[in-house]
Amino acid sequence: MLKVLAIAGVFVATGAMVSAGASVWEPSPARQAELYNLVVQDCGSCHGLTMKGGLGSALLPKNLEGKDAEVLVEIVLDGLPGTPMPPWRSQFQNGEARWIIDQLKKGLPQ
Amino acid sequence: MNGIFKSFFLAIITFVAFSLASWAQAAEALRATGDMGIIVERATGSVKIIETSGRTELRRVEGFGDLSHASAVYSRDERYAFVFGRDGGLTKLDILTGKIVGRVIQAGNSIGGAISQDGSLVAVSNYKPGGVKVFDSKTLELVADIPAIAEDGTRSKTIGLVDVPGQKFVFSLYDGGETWIADFSESRTPKITKFKNIGELPYDALVTDDGRYYIAGLFGEDGLALLDLWHTEKGITRILDGYGRGEEKLPVYKMPHLEGWAKAGDRLFLPAIGHHEVLIVDQRTWKEVGRIPVHGQPVFVVARPDGRQVWVNFAHPRNDTLQVIDVPSGKIIKTFKPGKAILHMEFTPRGEQVWVSVRDANRVDVYDTRTFKRLAEIPAQKPSGIFLAARAHRTGL
Repeated sequence: MLKVLAIAGVFVATGAMVSAGASVWEPSPARQAELYNLVVQDCGSCHGLTMKGGLGSALLPKNLEGKDAEVLVEIVLDGLPGTPMPPWRSQFQNGEARWIIDQLKKGLPQ
Repeated sequence: MNGIFKSFFLAIITFVAFSLASWAQAAEALRATGDMGIIVERATGSVKIIETSGRTELRRVEGFGDLSHASAVYSRDERYAFVFGRDGGLTKLDILTGKIVGRVIQAGNSIGGAISQDGSLVAVSNYKPGGVKVFDSKTLELVADIPAIAEDGTRSKTIGLVDVPGQKFVFSLYDGGETWIADFSESRTPKITKFKNIGELPYDALVTDDGRYYIAGLFGEDGLALLDLWHTEKGITRILDGYGRGEEKLPVYKMPHLEGWAKAGDRLFLPAIGHHEVLIVDQRTWKEVGRIPVHGQPVFVVARPDGRQVWVNFAHPRNDTLQVIDVPSGKIIKTFKPGKAILHMEFTPRGEQVWVSVRDANRVDVYDTRTFKRLAEIPAQKPSGIFLAARAHRTGL
């Protein structure tokens, strides 16, 4: 539990340091912890818990570098037809996908 | 009594006393592994060694690397587990002592493995670089490297790797849409037989427990690719083509797993893709004979060893639920919610218990499969796969 809180804490802290050009909106700390778990555990089933890739592409900062955040958000929300990447639109509130992309671009706390 | 004689006598006494003590200790420590197994803790790169007679945890072992998508097979003496990690790690664990006795990082990204019929070879299915590598099960030395280059020249991820009788491994090319047989019966340089155009994006495969039929599920189309290993000259047959015809596909938030062939009599139970259904196939005709609407996108569809029940878990976001199908009636007889993110179910060899990993509750539950009563809970960090040592004696697992 402590570890989860600590991770959520780091997430909140790094979230607060979002640079200009990234999303300014932030999910609540509780929701951030939920999203963090979802990204690591559920996205991680295909992309790897450490985001090094698997059936799905690697999602480390170096892999996402130079890629338009809005295009990545669209992939998250609408999926990639013809591949196993499903549309996550029904799973996220407004802005959450963008927040996730920003976290991935910065690198998840390990 | 002279001095030499006396010390000789003392030495004998001491020797006997020590022998007796260590014999007693060894007798106490002697244990077989038939009721043992491991639970993968996916986020911490660790496993728990458990036993199913008293339903207890024996020890926890760390040092397996990235176990995001991990599975294990067992040596034929049921002593060693070969654990396949996401990061290409192949780790040999002595489940009696809890010691890691061998470990190699054999690729950049892996998905699972298999052990040969005679137990001498361990094969690993790799995403990066795409292909299969085969190791000596004693030493973990590389025996064969099989790059998966599809007909069009591209290197493919490999999936659905299983062992089959005749010292062979079978696997499929995810990107390339092919199925290959690697035959090690004549030498350690395998003879490869390839089947092309099996269908779009085979995502996983299974083999019937007699080792005869290999079936690859297709993500890219509604249907499965069947290979009769007793009659490979007939090639690939497509079965259940267009099973979802006319229905809109639902998003699949987790890929189904075809390990654990749910077979009951002549009927096979398979997860549909993009439909919240379990498909029933008659193995004599390979035709669909029914489908059962279920709670969500099925992930594992596994039969209790006696074949009378089939247990189903589901993909995110409906992954807090388990359903039990009564095979004779084809009806769901039990729906229950053990907790968030149920990732895997493993039956004891005779099926009286099922072990269920509840990832987000950090717990593994043990249920009585007759009364559905919870018999025990074992704490585990983000548990995923559960692999019992009895798998050692089952083809394809």
